[in-house]
Amino acid sequence: MMGRTMFIDPGRCIGCQACVSACRECDSHRGKSMMHLDYTDEGHSVASLPTVCLHCEDPVAPCAEVCPADAILITADGVVQQADTTRCIGCANCVNACPFGVPKIDLQAKLQMKCNLCYDRTAYGLAPMCATVCPTGALFYGTVEELQAERPGVQVVDTFAFGESQVQTGVAMVVPAEKVQWPVPGGLPVVEINGKDVR
Amino acid sequence: MTADPRTVVPLDPALAPPGTRAFRDAGGISADRWHADQNGETLVPTHCCFCGVQCGMYLRVDRGGKVFGVEPRNHDINRMRLCPKGISAYQQVNHPDRLTAPLMRRSRDEPFREVSWDEALDFTASEIKRIQGRYGNDAFGLLGGATLFTEKTYLVGKFARVALKTRHVDYNGRLCMVSAASANKLAFGIDRAGNPFSDMLLTDCLLIAGSNVGECFPVMTQYVWGARDRGATLIIVDPRETAVARTADIHVALKPGTDSAFFNSVLNVVVEEGLTDKAYLAAHTTGWEEVRAKVAEYPPARAAEICGIPAEQIVQVARAFARAPKAMAWHARGVEHHSQGVENCLTVINLCAATGHIGKPGAGYGTLTGQGNGQGGREHGQKSDLLPGGRSINDPEHRRQICEIWGIEESELPTAGTSMVEMVWQMQRREIRGLIGICNNPFVSLPNYRVVKEGYDTMEFHAQFDFFLSETAANAHVVLPITTWAEDNGVMANAEARVVKHNKAQEPHPGVRTDAWVMCRLAERLGVGDKFDFADSRAIFEELRIASAGTVNDYYGITYERLEETGGIVWPCPTTDHPGTPRLFEDGRTYHPDGKIHLQAVEWHQPADPYDDEHPMSLTTGRTVAHFLSGNQTRRLGALVEQTPRPWAEVHPSHGFRNGEPVRVVTRRGSAVFPALVTEAIRPDTVFVPYHWPVPAAANVLTIDALDPRSKIPEYKVCACRVEHAERIDEVPAPPVPPGRVTYPETQASRTDPLPPTAPQGRGTSERN
Repeated sequence: MMGRTMFIDPGRCIGCQACVSACRECDSHRGKSMMHLDYTDEGHSVASLPTVCLHCEDPVAPCAEVCPADAILITADGVVQQADTTRCIGCANCVNACPFGVPKIDLQAKLQMKCNLCYDRTAYGLAPMCATVCPTGALFYGTVEELQAERPGVQVVDTFAFGESQVQTGVAMVVPAEKVQWPVPGGLPVVEINGKDVR
Repeated sequence: MTADPRTVVPLDPALAPPGTRAFRDAGGISADRWHADQNGETLVPTHCCFCGVQCGMYLRVDRGGKVFGVEPRNHDINRMRLCPKGISAYQQVNHPDRLTAPLMRRSRDEPFREVSWDEALDFTASEIKRIQGRYGNDAFGLLGGATLFTEKTYLVGKFARVALKTRHVDYNGRLCMVSAASANKLAFGIDRAGNPFSDMLLTDCLLIAGSNVGECFPVMTQYVWGARDRGATLIIVDPRETAVARTADIHVALKPGTDSAFFNSVLNVVVEEGLTDKAYLAAHTTGWEEVRAKVAEYPPARAAEICGIPAEQIVQVARAFARAPKAMAWHARGVEHHSQGVENCLTVINLCAATGHIGKPGAGYGTLTGQGNGQGGREHGQKSDLLPGGRSINDPEHRRQICEIWGIEESELPTAGTSMVEMVWQMQRREIRGLIGICNNPFVSLPNYRVVKEGYDTMEFHAQFDFFLSETAANAHVVLPITTWAEDNGVMANAEARVVKHNKAQEPHPGVRTDAWVMCRLAERLGVGDKFDFADSRAIFEELRIASAGTVNDYYGITYERLEETGGIVWPCPTTDHPGTPRLFEDGRTYHPDGKIHLQAVEWHQPADPYDDEHPMSLTTGRTVAHFLSGNQTRRLGALVEQTPRPWAEVHPSHGFRNGEPVRVVTRRGSAVFPALVTEAIRPDTVFVPYHWPVPAAANVLTIDALDPRSKIPEYKVCACRVEHAERIDEVPAPPVPPGRVTYPETQASRTDPLPPTAPQGRGTSERN
């Protein structure tokens, strides 16, 4: 399946936001972070989870599919680029289409911005800035074999389910070996529509 | 074919041995890229200026010679990893808040005016002479900093004794890890951690007590997770469920201020179950019988009651630690910031020694240092009772040796002074009338703010060295602008006692001088310029090497060239071909004359501030990942301000507060209002407040200035308090800026918003919002 890519391991995240700071240092969107750091169990524990763009492969990048301006390009190696500044119209279609809530819109600039897997670094064989600095290895860049060599017995998945739909991504998630689920349930469960309980 | 230096080669899972070039080159940019690339950009290899981990990093320098960014560096310590502070540190160097000219005023009622260096130094020297002439030499004090390069801390000690001729010199490392230092000296005769960080990867049981590794030393987490990956049992002792505690095998959420009862009890179980290493105890320790008798008084049932934890946990910890083939204990301020901080550390040492977990790969103990040079900062004479090389200032032979190097008569060398907090009490009593502070910020960092303010306000003259106008500098008569770490060369010693070299990446701003230059020019004005004839940091380091030769803290074999060629050298290093000493006691001998570990029996006692009906809860304080010490540096860096713009009070849901609502924390010394962070991750009887902010939202308005009798460390980690509803949250003031400078409206807004935030900031803040 995956070649050299990013692996997200929530069990190692300490919520330090080094990834957020590092993302700001990336030359392609200097000063702004494209990283999400979420607290998944707020009030009960300090559990946290870093999210980069998952670089969807199948179906190919919903954000790119819905872009009316064809501003979001996908490179041959599967990296979904951030919007081309000369084409983006800032309509936010991509924001609505992304099942992971990744793209951001700079309203003033009318420009979409998102993680491009530090293409300026990965093109040279370097790891993305966030994975390079992550103090805990919660973000790991490499092959699955390299990951498993470092963390014996680690399990990863790259397919996420949103109701009936499944999305296969270029970036993979580490899951506890004893709780492997395939695919990983994504998004929040729908419990209510127009005031009606649909569970 | 030569490998492209920018090619990432994954680290060997077995890990190349730290210290080897293969290790440093195993990934990312090659170890030596200290030349301009085709864009004119240079990567200068150096280290982070912040905590005691001392991560290696490159500073990116543009063709104009300005620092403008950071690049991870595959140094032995951090292997490319950096925390948010490390990533943001470079932003200080050319920050618009930087002080670029000396500021002066003759009374605190006047505004500052920018003056020439000559005028500022002449005024400072004349005030020193006036105060000392009128009240005696000891009426003038000097407070150094543990963030200074070691060369400068050496100079602080020498400047105080030779130029100011005062016994009143101390440093803010007194607020950091002196309890551990005192305990290590008592038990082992040497003041440093016993093992390198990398030993964590070899251990079978890792016990971390009183250290929020995830927020205070994020880069250390890779070693903790590395141990976990290899199957080590992870034990965390902390009142809060921190990010590391969340995944521990055993999380002991003990009540603040009960550490020595807990460790005594763990040792009690070890003894009862016959898990001691009798051969090791017999061959390598003294005092075991007293310790054994004392821990017999702490059965798990009694300790469980004192510590507020299940007794079974104590048994679990004892078995896991003692039965492990190799076990390690690391601790930090949670164990040390107590009125029995030294004794707490001694109980941890007792446990390691009794189980034979000392001096082996993967077995031993260590202290995680909060300040960048907390270790090196006290080794060469900045501490009130120490001379260079860790010599005692009251030992006649040690005094003679140093006086010979400094070229003064022994009668001229003052004796030991008092500690930092005691000096403030002396200011309050008008025993100290004038002070120079160097890179410290007691207005935020010292406990019991009211006393600190009174102490400083009574001083007739106060000068402060800093590169930003700290809250303390804003109270001074003279502020002397000095360089950041990126504008000078120097060494620091990290928590492993590994000496690393920081390299100058940028020329100092015009108008700014190094701390060493300022001290040397002041020494000239005080008539002892010949004793301070140093051209640069290297010249000071050469004198320091000689001054430390033959001592336990031996730096003689460490040279700038060797530091540049290696990933750092761990002292003692007596000769220039000595490899350094990363792991102590491998031969079973300590640095006491008898070569034994001197075990000490410890009786637990209640914290200094008693609980009563008015103050039934424990207040504990600590750091956040985004800020460093008093925040004088990090509260100015936009990304870090955004990450954690204000302090909060962490309380358990059982108290009925809503998340984000204003709550007032009240102690016997004062009160402050914070937004509540309601979480199950804290004990119901405990409140946590991070301490990086000034009044009114200052944790140190609340904390007590009770001191450990031996180390004189304040009891930051526990005092009695209550929490009650409040109307509104106090504003968090922006850090002061020098006259004429502009502030940033976008960061000001987040700092001064008087309304309760919708959600508490810091942990719980999401970038997505």
